[in-house]
Amino acid sequence: MSKEVNPQKITSGAEIVVNALIDQGVDTIFGYPGGAVLPIYDEIFKQTTIKHVLVRHEQGAVHAAEGYARSTGRPGVVLVTSGPGATNAVTGLTDALMDSIPIVVLTGQVPTFMIGNDAFQEADTVGITRPCTKHNWLVKDTDILAEIIHEAFHVSMTGRPGPVLVDIPKDVQFAAGKYQKRKKHPNNRYAPQTVPSDQLLLRAVEAFENSKKPILYTGGGVVNSGDQASNLIRKLIAESNFPITSTLMGLGCYPASGKNWLGMLGMHGTYEANMAMHDCDFMFCIGARFDDRITGKTDEFSPNSIKVHIDIDPSSINKNILVDIGIIGDIEVSIEKFLKLWKDRGSKRNTKELKSWWKEIENWKEIDCLNFNNSTKVIKPQYALQTLEKLTKKMDRYVTTEVGQHQMWAAQFMGFEEPRRWMTSGGLGTMGYGFPASIGVQIAHPKSLVINVAGEASWLMNMQELGTTVQYKLPVKQFIINNQRLGMVRQWQELLHGGRYSHSWSDALPDFVKLAEAYGIKGIRCEKPDELEESIMEMIQYDGPVIFDCVVEKHENCFPMIPSGKAHNEMILEANQPENKIEKSGAVLV
Amino acid sequence: MQKLSLKKGVSRKSAYNLRDPKNDKPERHTLAILVDNESGVLARVIGLFSGRGYNIDSLTVAEVDHTGNLSRITIVTSGTPSVIEQIKAQLSRMIPVHDVHDLTVEGKSVERELALFKVFAKGEKRVESLRLADVFRAKVVDSTLASFTFELTGTPEKIDAFADLMVPLGLKEIARTGVAALARGGGN
Ligand SMILES: Cc1ncc(C[n+]2csc(CCOP(=O)(O)OP(=O)(O)O)c2C)c(N)n1
Ligand SMILES: [Mg+2]
Repeated sequence: MSKEVNPQKITSGAEIVVNALIDQGVDTIFGYPGGAVLPIYDEIFKQTTIKHVLVRHEQGAVHAAEGYARSTGRPGVVLVTSGPGATNAVTGLTDALMDSIPIVVLTGQVPTFMIGNDAFQEADTVGITRPCTKHNWLVKDTDILAEIIHEAFHVSMTGRPGPVLVDIPKDVQFAAGKYQKRKKHPNNRYAPQTVPSDQLLLRAVEAFENSKKPILYTGGGVVNSGDQASNLIRKLIAESNFPITSTLMGLGCYPASGKNWLGMLGMHGTYEANMAMHDCDFMFCIGARFDDRITGKTDEFSPNSIKVHIDIDPSSINKNILVDIGIIGDIEVSIEKFLKLWKDRGSKRNTKELKSWWKEIENWKEIDCLNFNNSTKVIKPQYALQTLEKLTKKMDRYVTTEVGQHQMWAAQFMGFEEPRRWMTSGGLGTMGYGFPASIGVQIAHPKSLVINVAGEASWLMNMQELGTTVQYKLPVKQFIINNQRLGMVRQWQELLHGGRYSHSWSDALPDFVKLAEAYGIKGIRCEKPDELEESIMEMIQYDGPVIFDCVVEKHENCFPMIPSGKAHNEMILEANQPENKIEKSGAVLV
Repeated sequence: MQKLSLKKGVSRKSAYNLRDPKNDKPERHTLAILVDNESGVLARVIGLFSGRGYNIDSLTVAEVDHTGNLSRITIVTSGTPSVIEQIKAQLSRMIPVHDVHDLTVEGKSVERELALFKVFAKGEKRVESLRLADVFRAKVVDSTLASFTFELTGTPEKIDAFADLMVPLGLKEIARTGVAALARGGGN
């Protein structure tokens, strides 16, 4: 789709920007104009190759780009102005850094000769965004502008993906310079190790073969490595019959309907996944990073296992948990080699012990940890998600979420069969992520059903993006689990702060149906369990954006839960469990 | 089950080069970091240390390759072995960083620092300061009737020792460059 761009042509910096983007195959930019990017907006006006999506707030632009990137595997592109435009992008950049999402953010800057003078809308953008980008550049010379934009794409997509930012002063946009074509093989020095050490792989295979109670613990790295990585993981599981779990970020790398699937692990993961992590004798961590939401108390984390960790980022290895074998490499390359090695050695495994391990796991499954008390009077949030799942799982569906209880219930009750179908803010936990992300996903997949599972409080944080959905006729479905509470905060206050519900309710909520109508889109409210299916069907079948106000039980808690500072085998399964007291030492943790 | 017997540090490229991970005593390490000399690079490195709560005991930086535009940053830091490994991994993955060498573990190295000392003294103390400077092979680089300025090169320990001796003699000001360090011999 990328149009040929005449190399070496002398043009303005602004034209170079647009040419470089076209050269990189960019089809969509999420942006918001302002004084310092006017020359670039002028060039965007003059062309038709790239579609520009006007958001309503720069944070929305970045989250939309994240949704686009996560659902396609291609980098998301953002264009914003200097000063406030750039500072509004900071939350999204940090979010993308934490979750390893490739996005390229272009910011305007005051002209070079005014930098440092506290000029109008000047901010030290590269300074502010240095800790929240993988790398950033301030371009002071039009001749190297193209090269730097190409490098920015390369850095963003290579190794562990992440956000990058290019800050372009306005005089650099006006000045004439040479265009540099994108090189097929960038002579860029940045080339992280992707091929793992054979010696270490062999050790990992030995540990794999000898294991009696194995588990695969997979994460977002599998999704980022590419679809083939997921296929290889599926093959490895099919041929070994080992159990597998995923982090919040890894959901979909193994199908939820697969017979070896234990569900998500971690703070709100399933009982069977967490118990298996705790009791295993061999843990194969693939593209995950032993985040504190996963490990719980690190001193008591999986005490009896040999741990193998494959990751493309060396700094992820031995950061939180010391592993026995740390392998640096791309997941696809590594698992392909691993599989071959294991097969060449005869696909060995301890079948008998594996059988009794599965029996143990089946016992844990019988606890039925996601069980909840349903009601005929009020919609339970779990029931809402169960029903949404039932009615949409067979569809060509993408799901985004906001942050809170609803996010965890969505992860627990919705199943993903493929990678890239589930977009959520994991590392940063950014309320306000889901709505703009759903816009980015819908732009990339215009024919698919895109649902944002939202909490009413999170959703309000970026509700201005309603304008964007209407303007671009994006049929995104905003499925709001409305408990009129900052539910997750309320849950912690109940469990940790003696039920003193300090500022954790959503007061003065809008009438979501009328709000929808004010924007000329459809609003649906559902308050009764027996009307839920019908209402959800109405939402799905409506050809256009919908705000669905799903009024649910206000005081439901999300279980199972590993309280902060506790180990995997100390999960709380329900609220009235007697040992359900969180200790002071745990309360200081977030 | 057969025990895994993997030697620590089997490969320079592997992550498995932890020296005794169970050891949680802080160690002092001298790191030599070769970086592109581009604007903001020092801020990046320092930001990594402050952002992640690592220590900087000493830091020096200067361009060492004017054609290749490369700077060498020498950082003396302290931390437990796993923190030191993290620091190195975090530094290595920064885009402008070419190479990170841990001079403390990669064989023997030499470390030198230069310092200037201004000592105000009269009579016997003035004479004594000169005598000690001679013992330490410090040079007098400036003198007035009331003061001497000494220049001393040596290990940080030697500079500390000289400073301790000069305090009672009238040390008023001291300027230190921080550590410059290189691996000994031909190998690296
Ligand atoms: C930007 C931001 N501010 C604050 C928080 C802390 N926080 C986490 S969950 C939550 C409540 C979310 O409420 P809602 O969106 O209604 O979801 P619920 O938990 O009720 O399902 C808050 C305030 C956050 N994650 N992000
Ligand atoms: Mg809520």
